[in-house]
Amino acid sequence: MTAMIDIRDAEKTFTMHLQGGVELPVVRGVSFQVRAGECVVLSGPSGAGKSSILKMIFGNYRCDRGRIGICHEGAQIDLAKAEPRQILSVRRATIGYVSQFLRAVPRVAAIDVVAEPLIANGAAREHAREQAGSLLRALNIPERLWALPPSTFSGGEQQRVNIARGFISDLPILLLDEPTASLDSANRAVVVDLINEKKRGGVAMVAIVHDDAIRHLIADRIVDVTSFAAAA
Amino acid sequence: MADNAVDGDQPLLVADGLSKSYGRLAACRDVSFALYPGEVLAIVGESGSGKTTLLQLLSAQLAPSAGSVSYRMRDGVMRDLAALGEAERRFLFRTDWGYVHQDPALGLRMAVSAGANVGERLMAVGWNNYGRIRNTASSWLERVEIDIGRIDDAPRIYSGGMRQRLQIARNLVTEPRLVFMDEPTGGLDVSVQARLLDLMRNLVSELGLSAIVVTHDLAVARLLSHRVMVMKGGRVIETGLTDQVLDDPCEPYTQLLVSSILPA
Repeated sequence: MTAMIDIRDAEKTFTMHLQGGVELPVVRGVSFQVRAGECVVLSGPSGAGKSSILKMIFGNYRCDRGRIGICHEGAQIDLAKAEPRQILSVRRATIGYVSQFLRAVPRVAAIDVVAEPLIANGAAREHAREQAGSLLRALNIPERLWALPPSTFSGGEQQRVNIARGFISDLPILLLDEPTASLDSANRAVVVDLINEKKRGGVAMVAIVHDDAIRHLIADRIVDVTSFAAAA
Repeated sequence: MADNAVDGDQPLLVADGLSKSYGRLAACRDVSFALYPGEVLAIVGESGSGKTTLLQLLSAQLAPSAGSVSYRMRDGVMRDLAALGEAERRFLFRTDWGYVHQDPALGLRMAVSAGANVGERLMAVGWNNYGRIRNTASSWLERVEIDIGRIDDAPRIYSGGMRQRLQIARNLVTEPRLVFMDEPTGGLDVSVQARLLDLMRNLVSELGLSAIVVTHDLAVARLLSHRVMVMKGGRVIETGLTDQVLDDPCEPYTQLLVSSILPA
């Protein structure tokens, strides 16, 4: 079976022009594969470059060298060299990303924040809102909050809205950056169930989780990011 | 608004080597890019960087000193804007394009009613049934969240935010394929800005519009656009996917712009 994600020798350095052009190497020689239905957890201390690798796979950070192969609509595309239009197409049809923090659009109700990815992919508004409602319910967001913009929610509630938004689509690849960080144990268990359900559905996942117990519950394989340390 | 559909294999508008000089001053130098159907492009940069000059070149309001702009007409044929006849040019301005000015007074007729402001664009393309025009105008006022009870008031007595929403309705009523926007949220209160941005975001994605938005506000670029071009001294110095340019800026000037945003 071919890999959904196939990263070869990817490299990332930040050049800080406002600090006299100082070079900040982040990662080098990043190489790993993720197959359908597999959850790979990136491990390593804070600052090792875990989030940067996720952002490179999502096309949010540029990749200076190497290749980020993504299986997109039946063909492999190298995101490191893709045009903006191609990256957007990959995000619409192939890769979902649950960031650490919700970047909420002002004024938009929580249920619409969650439903939006489905609507953008052509689903009927009513159907999308039903799906959004059932995810919010599963994640214990009380129904009276659904019509409110999440900017007023607590950190944990915002994170659950974020998770619902990330899990609502049926995309073949999902990137998870600390999805359980600000959640209580009941909601962590819900997220573990959601992840395992995605796995059974054949979704390839890359996750960052600091909690050892959660890691054991979801990881099929662990990739140690310290081996990609770029510090000279 | 990176979730929007961006399909279509053929570009809608192509700029090729666009330059504009005023005597020795080069306001815009060698700008080339392609805009695809459904795509929203933001042009960012500080005052005097050449953003508005570029927008005027792209919308055929200024003649370039060098280079060209081509546009795919509704029949699918790519045409050089400089070579269009007067009738074709009028068609673009009246129907196929919208132009949202920073100052609504430039895009509206301030002394005639809101309904007439919207209806006028329809009459310009041949609508003549008063009832139909009024119905369409009121449905557009509703879409931009203007109380129908205000349809007979002139925008002179509207608030700044309402004027801007009316200007958007006037532009979109003819179902254009491309909308140019020059600092659409400039000069508005933050709360009014948020409402307008949310409205524009939804309209653009529902209608599958292409848009070119000039803004000095990176938050506007992030919310509305798929792609960004950063301008400095008349040149495009960095370009790419909006979140990539804003989260991982490469050029010194882009890093300065991004790092200059005050945290909310």
